[in-house]
Amino acid sequence: MDVYLQDIRKAFPETVALHGVSFEARPGEVHALLGENGAGKTTLMNILAGLYQPDEGSIWLGGQRRRWRSPAHAIAAGIGMVHQHFKLVPPLTVHENLLLGVRGPLWLHRRRDAARVASLAREHGLDVDPLARVWQLSMGERQRVELLRLILRDARVLVLDEPTSVLTPQESQALFATLRSLARSGRTVVFISHKLEEVLRAADRITVMRGGRAIATLRSQDARAADLAALMVGRHVTPPQPSPPPPGAPVLEVDRLTVPGDRRPLAVREVTLTVHAGEIVGVAGVAGNGQRELAEALAGLRPIASGAVRLDGRPLERATVRDRIEAGLALIPEDRLDVGLVGEMTAADNLILKSYRQPPLSRRGVLDPRAVRARARAALGRFSLAVPAEAPVRLLSGGMLQRLLLARELAEAPRAVVAMSPTRGLDVGAAADVHRALLEAQSRGTATLLLSEDLDELLLLADRLAVMYDGRISAILKRAEFDRPRIGLLMAGGAA
Amino acid sequence: MIRIERRAPMSREAAAGLRLAGVAGALLAGAAFLSATGHDPGQAYLDMLRGAVGSPYAAQQTAVKAIPLALTGLGVALAFHAGLWNIGAEGQLAMGAFLASWAALGLSWPAWALLPAMGLLGLVGGGLWALLPAVPRALWGTNEIITTLLLNYVALLWVDYLVFGPWADPSAFSFPYSRPFPDAARLPLLPGTQVHAGALFVVAIAAALGFVLRRTAWGYEIRVTGHSPRAAAYAGMPVRANVLLVMVLSGAVAGLAGMGEVSGVIGRIQQGISPGYGYSAIIIAWLARLSPWGTVGVAVLFAALINGGFALQTSGVPAAIASMLQALVLFSVLVGDFFVSHRVAVRRGRAAALPAQEAAAEP
Repeated sequence: MDVYLQDIRKAFPETVALHGVSFEARPGEVHALLGENGAGKTTLMNILAGLYQPDEGSIWLGGQRRRWRSPAHAIAAGIGMVHQHFKLVPPLTVHENLLLGVRGPLWLHRRRDAARVASLAREHGLDVDPLARVWQLSMGERQRVELLRLILRDARVLVLDEPTSVLTPQESQALFATLRSLARSGRTVVFISHKLEEVLRAADRITVMRGGRAIATLRSQDARAADLAALMVGRHVTPPQPSPPPPGAPVLEVDRLTVPGDRRPLAVREVTLTVHAGEIVGVAGVAGNGQRELAEALAGLRPIASGAVRLDGRPLERATVRDRIEAGLALIPEDRLDVGLVGEMTAADNLILKSYRQPPLSRRGVLDPRAVRARARAALGRFSLAVPAEAPVRLLSGGMLQRLLLARELAEAPRAVVAMSPTRGLDVGAAADVHRALLEAQSRGTATLLLSEDLDELLLLADRLAVMYDGRISAILKRAEFDRPRIGLLMAGGAA
Repeated sequence: MIRIERRAPMSREAAAGLRLAGVAGALLAGAAFLSATGHDPGQAYLDMLRGAVGSPYAAQQTAVKAIPLALTGLGVALAFHAGLWNIGAEGQLAMGAFLASWAALGLSWPAWALLPAMGLLGLVGGGLWALLPAVPRALWGTNEIITTLLLNYVALLWVDYLVFGPWADPSAFSFPYSRPFPDAARLPLLPGTQVHAGALFVVAIAAALGFVLRRTAWGYEIRVTGHSPRAAAYAGMPVRANVLLVMVLSGAVAGLAGMGEVSGVIGRIQQGISPGYGYSAIIIAWLARLSPWGTVGVAVLFAALINGGFALQTSGVPAAIASMLQALVLFSVLVGDFFVSHRVAVRRGRAAALPAQEAAAEP
């Protein structure tokens, strides 16, 4: 079905998300919607799927002008969307999830539907056990369930929001093969992405969005990565060039660390690794394989079951959070707001979060406002951050928040830093700044443990790469051994 | 279709105007109701104003009324700053009054020793009563809204038990109150006024709280913990110890309010020493945005509203209508406050509705 969105405008109370965007996609094509965070991609697609009403503009479907009364209305008209956060019910089986929201007889035709599901799944490479419970499935499998559900509802237009953000490289390959097959069957496939490589690889046409406007639509065979990047960012971004110093003495040593999980008995099992001064060790893995628990245990935020952690030879596994901070261990947490930064407080107040007890910021428990302001000016100046010092930081963009967080964590040249997904959700420019800051700390001798789900980031920055699967480190690779397919296999639990 | 959504921040002047408009609206609605029930609204409002601040005596009575409201308000404001929902100021006030009364009735010390002892016992009574729910909250995360609230009933019933039983005044024919306190146990009046010395507690505690929250490292910890407990843990702050300390201090201030009432106003302990000060405190602290001096100011306004209501009754308006007017004013202040950050949007055509927050979260 032809999709045509005409001059769509959408404003939210504090921002205009879309300034009159037009977009069209055709049956039989895979169309990528490329742009940075906040470009308006998701808002535009939510309008197509009936989740938002446009303030102005119209939706045309198969040549007919449509106006959605509700998301259900859009679904009935053949629009299906897979959101970034899956809308499945984890305790139910795949089969039960597929039938949710399907109108028809009250009872379930288990056998008849099962056969239909199986044949659709085979046709499009959407293998998944219909009797498995959703919580047992990997993210890739859950995504297949979402897609199957849309196909069962007879969606003619499929929209996927950042579909590869939770997938291993292999799973992404399989997904794009599926999308190709769905397009070939006459459906219209649109996927949202901010990754240049996958857009070039998987799409027939690419529409680039920036700042709430559609900038250009290109055929992917005519597009080059550098041009797309420039269209997306509005200027040329030079990626930082790592030039690692020769690694020094061991700084952060983790020895057979075992950490209990929230839902599993053990989230981290016997992890052993060493990070040397001036070295960046990456930890690759699909989300949920123990990375978060490892980082929290290192920072002292999560009790450990057994094992040892040493910083400069000093045992830390029983130390308090404050002792670890004072020993020179910095943590860049996954949640910038609410963990790393306090949204309701000012930048100045946030910059003293870890040092408010030290002179000159406070003496005998009394804060010195002048010293606090001076500290803020110095930190903001050093990282050239144009942040209003007296406004609550929750008003800042994700990129500014992360720069602010790095300004604090890296300001005093920590001995070691544990960074969790430091560029998640950031635009290209902000991500490059974060990378530069990490590399700069490295050049000053900081030992960095970088946990990320973005393999490109790890391959760019890491001197060595540990792959984590099911709580264990399955391999540690040197830079010369970096090899995408092999890493992907390890991330999926395969042997090296 | 009509829906409520968050609005862009408005200027201070516009916000103040909106709040004033709310109060004006309440007074107009109240006036309509008064004339409909056969009262003269102009006269009624004048009576209220006179009753609240119309004479030196009335103004001083308003100040006396504001003391327990301000103290309990300051106590809960401290807890709210730390993200602790202390709904138990009412019970903490009662336990402070209880311990202070114990000294007043049992010790025959001179005033210079007895009054400080009573003040201290007031602090201790309220503080320990707040420690009771604070411990399970700190250790196991037990919801303090429920525990502090339920402990209010325990405290009030305990005071009832005392004044009906062991402490009942033998000469009062089973009226629920104790013997009168000796003179040494009565807080003196501020020179030349009808206001008891508890007013000094208010000034001292408001000043201390303002300084601690804004200017000390511990106050900074409290603010961080209140906004984001996870950030506090991440920064290595002693979150559990602070939960205990803040709750104890919060309860202690409410307990001091109890001491002030029995020693400064009533002169004995009796059933119903507080007509709900500890609950009004919650509203007062919020209306003041948890600012210490703001809390004192709102407490005075509250006291004026209460005393104005009393005056209204003496001029022939039924007590129910007086309470209704008080509620109306309070309600419209809260509504005005809500519309400082929200607005009503009217759209033509039926749209897929999104809750206000969700729409605002998606830029």
